[in-house]
Amino acid sequence: MTPAVSVEAVGITKRFGAFTALSDISLRVRPASVHALLGENGAGKSTLVKCLLGYYRADEGSFLIDGREETIARPADADRLGLGMVYQHFTLVPSMTVAENLVMSRATVPAVIDWRRERAELESFMAQMPFRVPLGADVGGLAAGERQKTEILKQLYLQRRLLVLDEPTSVLTPQEAEEMLTLVRGLAHSGSITVCIITHKLKEVARFADEVTVLRRGRAVGGGAARDLAAPELTAMMIGEPQAPATLERRGGAAKEERLLVRHLRTEGDAGRPGLDIAHLAVHPREIVGVAGVSGNGQKELAEVLGGQRAPAGGEVIVAGESYAATRAQAQARGVRVLPEEPLRNGCVPRMSVTDNLNLRSFDRDDQGRPRAWLDARAMAERARRMIASYGVRAPSREAPIGVLSGGNVQRCVLARELDGEVGLLIVANPCFGLDVKAVAEVRARIMAARNAGTAVLLISEDLDEILELADRIVVMHAGTIVHETPAAGADAQAIGAYMLGSH
Amino acid sequence: MAPAETVTVAMVAGALRVSTPFLFVSLGECLTERSGRINLGNEGVLVLGAMVGYATSYQTGNPWLGVVSAALAGALLGAAHGGICSLARVNDVAMGIAIMLAGTGIAFFFGKPYVQPSAPQLPRIPLGFWAIESQVRSALEVSPLFFIGLAAAFAMDWFFRATRMGLRVRIVGDSADAARALGLSIHRVRLLATAAGSALAGIGGSFLSLSYPGSWNEGLSSGQGLMAVALVVFARWNPVHCVIAALIFGASGALGPSLQTIGITKGYYLFYGTPYVVTLLILAVTIRPGKALRGMPGELSIGR
Repeated sequence: MTPAVSVEAVGITKRFGAFTALSDISLRVRPASVHALLGENGAGKSTLVKCLLGYYRADEGSFLIDGREETIARPADADRLGLGMVYQHFTLVPSMTVAENLVMSRATVPAVIDWRRERAELESFMAQMPFRVPLGADVGGLAAGERQKTEILKQLYLQRRLLVLDEPTSVLTPQEAEEMLTLVRGLAHSGSITVCIITHKLKEVARFADEVTVLRRGRAVGGGAARDLAAPELTAMMIGEPQAPATLERRGGAAKEERLLVRHLRTEGDAGRPGLDIAHLAVHPREIVGVAGVSGNGQKELAEVLGGQRAPAGGEVIVAGESYAATRAQAQARGVRVLPEEPLRNGCVPRMSVTDNLNLRSFDRDDQGRPRAWLDARAMAERARRMIASYGVRAPSREAPIGVLSGGNVQRCVLARELDGEVGLLIVANPCFGLDVKAVAEVRARIMAARNAGTAVLLISEDLDEILELADRIVVMHAGTIVHETPAAGADAQAIGAYMLGSH
Repeated sequence: MAPAETVTVAMVAGALRVSTPFLFVSLGECLTERSGRINLGNEGVLVLGAMVGYATSYQTGNPWLGVVSAALAGALLGAAHGGICSLARVNDVAMGIAIMLAGTGIAFFFGKPYVQPSAPQLPRIPLGFWAIESQVRSALEVSPLFFIGLAAAFAMDWFFRATRMGLRVRIVGDSADAARALGLSIHRVRLLATAAGSALAGIGGSFLSLSYPGSWNEGLSSGQGLMAVALVVFARWNPVHCVIAALIFGASGALGPSLQTIGITKGYYLFYGTPYVVTLLILAVTIRPGKALRGMPGELSIGR
């Protein structure tokens, strides 16, 4: 018997209250193959595998493992059957070493751990693996790619026969993603494991999957052998309508003078990570400068300094020719706007209403830009109504707390607020995290429209494809400094990836 | 002896004595915080432990029974803290203050009759038997509890590194997500860690009433239980470092009394304040805004 198992879902239905998350889904994953579950956010991919792994109980239908019907009521049942999952959010303990994490993941751990024996066993296990991570390293100090490898090693260490990968490449550089998926496919084709990849990236399906099933709104809407299905077909299945790939229109070129100029900017290091040290960074009107980099290389700090959330330790930030300290008055006078990552946390007051949140930039100024002490509730409501209408925000009401809105709608709200009026400089950080295909296209079009209207845009993103699509110029950050700069036209993703890893 | 030597001897002696309650409370706090919870109630546990230990020693004539009952009383109060904090929407800092007040209140209420009588004290180990000067000899009379605390620190370090329970405490304290994925019961681990931590704090309390100063009254503790929280931060949640931190706190606490031994009486109240100044300095130096503390458990509510 090969270790890899086949998995078959028959008529799986799952309801949450009145909402049907999965309806009558059937699919078959052949042993020792790579099967992609493709779909937008909210299509039901995660719900389906959570049913398979015992986190949810399906209301109807059953799972067949190696042809036998199995009851999977709890995660422990999935463990017993050798079904394992690598989560999008890692479940390793950051302060523990790789070895400690691996040993503690076992179902049975002796009361007193004999580290000499365990280490010897782990080392001989590691020697058989196609890839390696340092056993003694603290997980918190590993790069995202290494952590992901550790998660996969953990599953192999637990002798899984089916491995589910949930959006495995969302935190990896192109090289890391390529390497990791190649390894996983190799493992599958060698017969040691069956792999199921949850993804919304068509490229990954085409490159690495043997078969694909497309989910849309809780239904299996199509699928087949991956090489028989072209990208437009898959996209049409995913979003339910044929969609012409929108090419963003780029009008006009960058102006001469710098709208944003950063010189010798430094911040304090934190918990062993180096701080920022940026010698020179400039953004011009009618230009999008993309900041590429692996998460945790100073992009967050840069966005925080420019948005006023972090004090620099040295250097200067100049906006429109004058020194800029990110005070509210300066931001209002020079039109500096920020679309931060995790906008609900960094750009909203979750318990205040949608109306109030939409007015956070402007509630203390009147039409002429003079400070006002009494709020003009009618003007605020009117402005909110206008923004909600033009950005298609779906909210239960304008007076609902913004915290109850979905991620996409919060993003629309913050974007509407930040792009309202004259915008001189726009700082954007990971604007499309967790949005579906339509919302992504919309957000990118808005950013491009702002650029075309003369805004200088600094786009900080961990999604290299997004940067390649939007940016006029690309800089790469590694360990807090800018290590590479290139025009976006004709930029080589592989070369940029190498700079992102600091291995150039 | 020269005044400088006298002060040094007095400070070493003071460090060994005064550090013991710091050591036990900080080890207890360290254990609790590594599980991801703060227990400010250990100040109350300390006072309750002192009272229960003293009363038990007086009633039974056996000071070691006093130590054991102080640990049990601490465990009970800690379990109360742990249990209540497991409920939804209970803040562990606010709850800790309630437990602190409850602990001291209970101790004062039941401790009234024991202020006057004198209870049998714990023995001391005469490590200074070789010395000629009586000052040195009395200075080096060390309580066995100090060595038990020392052993407990190293045992706890080993516990965190090489036992299943210890690693579980660390997992729960550092990443609730990982703990859930591994199927650990977060509430149970934290409850046990809080109860065990408070048992240690209770032992620290029994030292106050059964060894040094060696009597029970309502002004016995002067905030050692709260200072232990700062001490754990200084020790970076490492039990072995807690020993060093406790000795530094102990020595600074002994500065006032030592200066008195050579006749410096002017403004010695100021020197009595040294441990508090040290606490403030340590907090000011080690906690800087915008920085995560190295070694801090990820689930600790002051870190979120």
